[in-house]
Amino acid sequence: MTTKLRGKSAIVGTGHAGFGEAHGLTAYDVMAQSALAALGDAGLKLSDVDGLFCTMMEDSMPALMAAEYLGIQPRFIDGTMSGGSSFVNYLTSATMALEAGLCDVALIVYGSNQRTASGRLVTASRPPAYEAPYNPRYPISAYAMAAARHMHEFGTTREQLADVAVAARAWAQHNPEAFERGPLSREDVLGARMVGDPLTVRDCCLVTDGGGAIVMVRADRARDYPKAPVYVLGSAAESSHRQISQMKDFTVTAARESGARAFAAAGVSPSDIQAVELYDAFTINTILFLEDLGFCAKGEGGAFVEGGRIAPGGVLPVNTNGGGLSCVHPGMYGIFTVIEAARQIRGDAPGIQLKDVDLALAHGNGGVLSSQVTAILGSQNTL
Amino acid sequence: MPDATGPDQIFQRALTNGEIMLPRCDDCGAYHFFPRVLCPHCHGTAISWHPASGKGRVHTTTVVRQKPERGGDYNVCVVELEEGVRMMSRVEGIAPGDIVIDMAVTAFVGGAEGQSAVLFKPAEV
Repeated sequence: MTTKLRGKSAIVGTGHAGFGEAHGLTAYDVMAQSALAALGDAGLKLSDVDGLFCTMMEDSMPALMAAEYLGIQPRFIDGTMSGGSSFVNYLTSATMALEAGLCDVALIVYGSNQRTASGRLVTASRPPAYEAPYNPRYPISAYAMAAARHMHEFGTTREQLADVAVAARAWAQHNPEAFERGPLSREDVLGARMVGDPLTVRDCCLVTDGGGAIVMVRADRARDYPKAPVYVLGSAAESSHRQISQMKDFTVTAARESGARAFAAAGVSPSDIQAVELYDAFTINTILFLEDLGFCAKGEGGAFVEGGRIAPGGVLPVNTNGGGLSCVHPGMYGIFTVIEAARQIRGDAPGIQLKDVDLALAHGNGGVLSSQVTAILGSQNTL
Repeated sequence: MPDATGPDQIFQRALTNGEIMLPRCDDCGAYHFFPRVLCPHCHGTAISWHPASGKGRVHTTTVVRQKPERGGDYNVCVVELEEGVRMMSRVEGIAPGDIVIDMAVTAFVGGAEGQSAVLFKPAEV
């Protein structure tokens, strides 16, 4: 069942800034540069923005901080913080706000300087009281335990996990915007420093600086801008827990529900999708989300990714920019799944541009597999 | 010092006395963890406290790798107790890398980060 929001909003601008190392810049500086890049892409100005959708890692009131920094006074803001999925989630709230006339130009924006500021994940989030005494390394211990359980139940191997990282790197090697473009083999991943069994440092996303931004308008105005509009055909969320110890089944995420509803809203199915952009904070994420979103059956994700099947020239293009594993990962990666999906549809992807992409999927993950948000984006042809 | 009244206080107070108490819903009879003012299963608010059996199995596990000079490798795991609840913890008395999923473990009250905490050791066969 499609919803009445199908195709009612469109992305008319994307932008990014500070990829890799943004020396001398604060997180809000990178946020603002990203906003300017996206608005420039759309042929709009900051003064046109009347809806702001933003969260950051540093503060408890980041949307207000961002609006103040940008010198705008938005009439609609959404600062919902569900971790890295927040920015995919904003596609829903921005579409609703635009369609309801609560704003006319929606800016979704994020920025971080975590690499040059500290070299590790910066978060204002407190460790959960019933987990903190055991010193889990946040967030890797959570994902390591999900991977361990997947291996135990389905026989998934460390080699299959490694192949996710190898595929991401193969895409990144064609993307001049990607941070890590050197060669990476399965043996390199397996032989890298173990940080949280069964995950080595190469099973983990990068720690980089960077920001991203998206400009959205109502569909009826979407063809008035320089770039081909990319329509939001369906978006859906589901939240299952906050602490990893509370996850009911460590091998099944709420992406099963968010994906099913996003596909239904868009009126398409996994086999229609031409580019899949997943939040790959760790190699196990890609396997879990491919299963839960319906690209393969539960438990078959390991075999699905094995031996280059999601790499360039494989059976399914996944994380075509190199993903959080090899392109960019500034604390929260979610916005980049949307940007890459949109650019594949527009035909101006920075790395390998797939041929004639009309339908792409962006999937955001937040917390420790806690919040799952799926969006289906489409070209003019899909309306 | 006033008596412990809130769910977190009751749990922590028992721990400092060397006891592991678990909250159970009087309405649906299911245990839950972490402690809270309502039952997350049926949303009832009549909660009573019962001593844990201490029997559990490792549901999933990892080793946090750390340089020896910073304290070395240690275990972080999630244990499922016989009562049906899960909690994060660690298993002691065995090398972190030797802890495996489904291993039978027994709870005890120990110290973690300067506070009383539920820890586990391999169950005696």
